[in-house]
Parts: sequence; structure tokens; C-alpha cells
Amino acid sequence: MAVVETRKLTKVFKEGELGAVNEVSLESREGEFLVFLGPSGSGKTTLLRMIAGLETPTAGEILIGGKVVNDLTPRERRIAMVFQSYALYPHLTVYKNIAFPLKAQKVPRNLHKEKVEWAASMLGIGALLDRKPRELSGGERQRVALARAIVREPAVFLLDEPLSNLDAKLRLSAREELERFHHRIGTTTIYVTHDQVEAMAMGDRIVVLNKGVVRQFATPKEVYDDPADTFVATFLGSPPMNLVENGDVIVGFRPEHFRLSETVHEEKVPFKFRVENVEYLGAEYILSGILLGGQLEGKKVIARLLLGQSFEVGTTYDFAVPERHLKFFDSTTEKKTEARALAWA
Amino acid sequence: MGLNRVSSQQTADAQAQPAPPLSSGLEQPGGLKPKRTKLKSVGAAQSPLLGTAMFAPAALYILLLIGAPFAMAIFYAFSDARIGSTELHFVGLENFRSILQSPSFIKALENSIIFTVVAQIIVLVCGNILSIALEKPFRGRGMVRYLILLPWVAPVSLGTIGWKWILDSIYSVVTWVLVWLGFVNKYSPPMWLGQEGLAMASVILVHCWRLIPFSTVILLAGRTAIPKEIPEAAAIDGAGFWRTLFQINLPMMIPILGVATLFGTVFTFTDLAVVNILTNGGPYDSTQTLPNLAFTQGIQGSDLAAGAAISAFLVPVLVVIAYFMLRLAHRAEVG
Repeated sequence: MAVVETRKLTKVFKEGELGAVNEVSLESREGEFLVFLGPSGSGKTTLLRMIAGLETPTAGEILIGGKVVNDLTPRERRIAMVFQSYALYPHLTVYKNIAFPLKAQKVPRNLHKEKVEWAASMLGIGALLDRKPRELSGGERQRVALARAIVREPAVFLLDEPLSNLDAKLRLSAREELERFHHRIGTTTIYVTHDQVEAMAMGDRIVVLNKGVVRQFATPKEVYDDPADTFVATFLGSPPMNLVENGDVIVGFRPEHFRLSETVHEEKVPFKFRVENVEYLGAEYILSGILLGGQLEGKKVIARLLLGQSFEVGTTYDFAVPERHLKFFDSTTEKKTEARALAWA
Repeated sequence: MGLNRVSSQQTADAQAQPAPPLSSGLEQPGGLKPKRTKLKSVGAAQSPLLGTAMFAPAALYILLLIGAPFAMAIFYAFSDARIGSTELHFVGLENFRSILQSPSFIKALENSIIFTVVAQIIVLVCGNILSIALEKPFRGRGMVRYLILLPWVAPVSLGTIGWKWILDSIYSVVTWVLVWLGFVNKYSPPMWLGQEGLAMASVILVHCWRLIPFSTVILLAGRTAIPKEIPEAAAIDGAGFWRTLFQINLPMMIPILGVATLFGTVFTFTDLAVVNILTNGGPYDSTQTLPNLAFTQGIQGSDLAAGAAISAFLVPVLVVIAYFMLRLAHRAEVG
């Protein structure tokens, strides 16, 4: 087990262009489940590949277990990686796939069988050892990839969108399984995803990346409740946080905090809300519409409400947001800023 | 499947056909239906004839230009056909018995196998090295790829004539360089094409020169077809260059290696030009090959029957090679 640290890590693919990863500095904790979250092109995979040793950094340092590993080959870094495509060796049986790292790292041959069987039993694929990868389902392939990764007992686990090739139903169970698996082996894990739900559900902490820059590095709760800037605010949450420009600040509030005024029994900020569309999603309504009155006239917002009330399209309602749930961002830097009173007129 | 679907659609259309009298102008598209049905049924009704007609040129081409000469060659192999003779007798296996007793034939068979096997080994090794070198982008890669492919696009005879000069007994540029470097005595230079061992090596060299580009291109295609995560996964699993090459990349390339070897084998085994131009089988049959022997005996020596019998020997050998190569390729794909 080990701590992964990057110091001002930068990767520029083409000289003169903006880097794919720019001066990223972060440090994991021992045994932590760290998630790199960002849209495609945010540099999250490049960052992971640099940690893995598949990509050479343009600048900066990578430390694993306190040692600078920039010049070490992937195998010397004692890491294991699961690829998005799983990258199983198609011509080898499951057994040989799992045993490959042992062979490559010259683990004594007499230990192979025992270790492979241990890894296979950890993932419940003991019965598949004689099959070839193409005879396996997506979920089984993923387990083989995981088994191949744990068999060498790595210091760090790197997972590159391992769930994105599974169908939605399987993804949920695979996610739970991954979480359980992490608890059991307790190895420091870095998980790359573009799926905010996965990130929220699995991560001990989330690194939110955009355009190669870390936007926020915090626990899922902090990232969701207290976003560092408007990018984080809108990237997490579905529907995303409402952002309304108000003077030199941008005011943000989550759709679930935007409720009928009469149901908010605390310090609140009232809004007039005209409903323009109602989506019924079974457990909840998604209302979209515009704000009315003063400077806020015409601003589009979304509300997310539990069932119970009914809403008419075209009608204006009294809505409100609890004061403590209002977030403020500087309208030029888009960074989080001090709370202040709203300008109405 | 596709055919079934079309025909069931046709019947559906045909059943719909009686309807139009009742339909108004609203169903204008219905008016188009009969026409479409007609077009389709024309194709369907004539398809055996039309299909045959369309297929005929290709079939004729193969029959007349490949099948007929092939059948004739087989026939000649069992006859006593000679150029300039109007008589023709069936002689059974006589030709085969006689060529099997000829030392030239045995030597030619031996050489054909040696040339093919040795050249294929060298070609595969070099083709692999080149394909690895050319896989990653570098400045001028396009140019290098182009230059490497040149020997393949040049006519064999032209290339071989070039080599004949390079390896000439008096004007050889290779000898000249070796003399200049002090490796070779100016007054007794090596006879590249005139000494047994050297002549064989020269023939193999030219075969390799000719086949390496082809094999490089095929292997490069095979290598690029491997998803890049797989060698990456191998690197992370701790495999070095050689282990990745021999345990991951090459096994995954077996089908394409099979194809490259199959083609290379057939090209080398049946090649006439290289040996004919470089050494014409000499010195003393030391570089004689089956195609060249068939040509010298059958055409130049006027003994068509013997030439045909020698050529006929190529067929079973090639059939067996092709069978195994295709099976290998298939098994690698399925297994």
C-alpha cells in the first residue's frame, strides 16, 4: 500500500498548445479511494496514465510511497491498472491472463497456482479459469481484469473507467462490488470516471478536473454542497445547480433546494417562478421555468420536487431557497465568493 | 436471410396488388407498388440466367487462362509431348519415374525447399523488426515506408538484373567495397554467383530483398490491429520488450503471420525469375529450383512432358502448404 502524490504535474502533447494536464498537485491518503472526475478531454485519463508510467510527464513529479517514480517503468512502480476495454490477452485463458503478471514479475512458478486461485476466488471467477476472454460476458471480463490486477498485490490500483463498457443494470451491481472489493483489499485506489454518480457513490475524495486543471479536491459531500466554482457546481448534480447572474456575482442553488415557499421553514430567499415545463419522473417532478421580477426577470431555472403537489404550466408560484443553500460565485473568476444580499431592483 | 426477406416482401407486395381498383388518389404510393414489384420480379425471375451471365466472364477467365493451361500441363505430364513433334502418346507415370531418377530434379527440389524455408525465416524476422520500427510515428516515416515498399513494386526481373550487376564477377560493387575496406583480396575476389555456397546465399538474399517489403506491410497491418491497451497492460503487468513481443504481440498476430508466410512461401517456391536471371541454376545445378528446371527442360530443352511433370510436383507441395497455413490462420482466429 502506498500514497500517491503528484507535484506540479504537467503534460503538453503538442508544443505551443495548452497542456492536457497543467500543474496538477495532489496527494492521496493511505488506502484511499480517490476519484478523478471530469468531462472528456479534462485530462483525467492522461493524469492516470502518467501515474501508471504509460505517459511521460512534460514537467513535475510523481511520487508513489514517498519515492519519485518519474523515471521508473510501469513494472517498477508496483501499480496495477484496469483499462476501460479491460485489455485482456485474447489468446490466453483466464488462468493464464491472471498468471501473466506473476510470470512477468518472476514470481516463483510453484506459487502461481495458489495466487491465481486466490485472486479468482476473491472475484468469484474460479469456474472460468479455462475459458478464453471472448467466451466471457462483459461483467466476467471486468472481474478477470480485476483479478489480473490484484494477483500481484500492487501498491496502488489504477482504474480507468472500468464500468463504462457495462450496461446500466450491470454497472450498478459492479459498482457495489468494486466498493466492497476495495474495502476488503484496502489498497490505495485511483478511479477515473466521467460519471458524477459513480464518483459521488464510490469516492472517499473526488478530484474534479477540467481542461487539465484541478477545480476542486474534496469529499463528495463538500464537492456537491460547497462547489469551488461554477464548473464544479454544474458538473455535479443532475439536473445541475441553477446559476443566476446578479450584479457582479453569480448566485447558485440546487434544484432540490428550490421549493414552494410555504414548505421552507427557515431563513429563506423568495422567488417568483413561472413554470414552463413539467417532467414527471416517477419519484419526482422536474420543473423548468423562469424567474420573475427585477434583475432576475427571465432567468431560467430548474426545480426538483418530490411528488405531492401538482403544477400547471404557465402559472406563477411563490418559490424560495433556504438562505444557507445559496452559493455565491464571482462573475469574472467564477470562483466561490462571500455570501451577500441579493440585488433585486 | 436477406434473400428470404426480399422474397417475402415481394409476395406481400404481390398480394397487395389487386387492391388498387378500390383505392382512391389518396393512396398514390400504392400506384408505385406494381412497378416496384415488377422490377423486383424481373430480377428474381431472371436471376438464374442473369446471375450466370454476370458470373460468366470471371468463370471463363479462370477456366481459359488458368484452368485450361493447368489441365494441359497435367495432361502433358503423362504424355511424351515434345516441342516440334506432332505425335503424342500417353505414357503413364514414365515421366515421373524418369525425373525422380534425375539428380538435377532431386537437387532442384532440395534447393526449392531450402530457399523457401531460409528466405521465409529471414523475411519474417526482418519484416517484424521493420514493422516494429515503423509502427511509432517519427519524422520521415512516410518516406521510409515508401522506400521500403519499392522493391515490391519493381518488376522482379528488373530488380534481379540490378542484383546481377551488384553481384557480378568483375564489376560487383559489393566486392569493390569489401576490397576497399580490406576484407577481400583484390586478386581473388569472391564469385558471388559462381561459387556454390555464395550463389545459394545470393539467391536467398535477392528473395529476401523482394519479399521483406511485402511481409513488412502485412505485419505492420497486423501489429496496428492490436488494441494499444494490450501491450500497455502487458507493460503494467511487468512484461519487458521481449516478453511482450513473444508472448503477447506475436501470438496475437498468428493469423496474419500465417498469411504472410503463405504468400511468401508460394512466391518463393514458384519463382522463376530470380534463379533464372541470377544463376540459371548454376554452378552445376547448385542453385537449381523446380520452376527453373521445368523451364529449362520443358521449354529450352523442348521436352514439354518432363517440364510438365516437374511443374506438377509443385502442386501437391503447395496445396499442403496452403492447407496448413489456412488452418493455422483459422485456428488462431477461432481459438
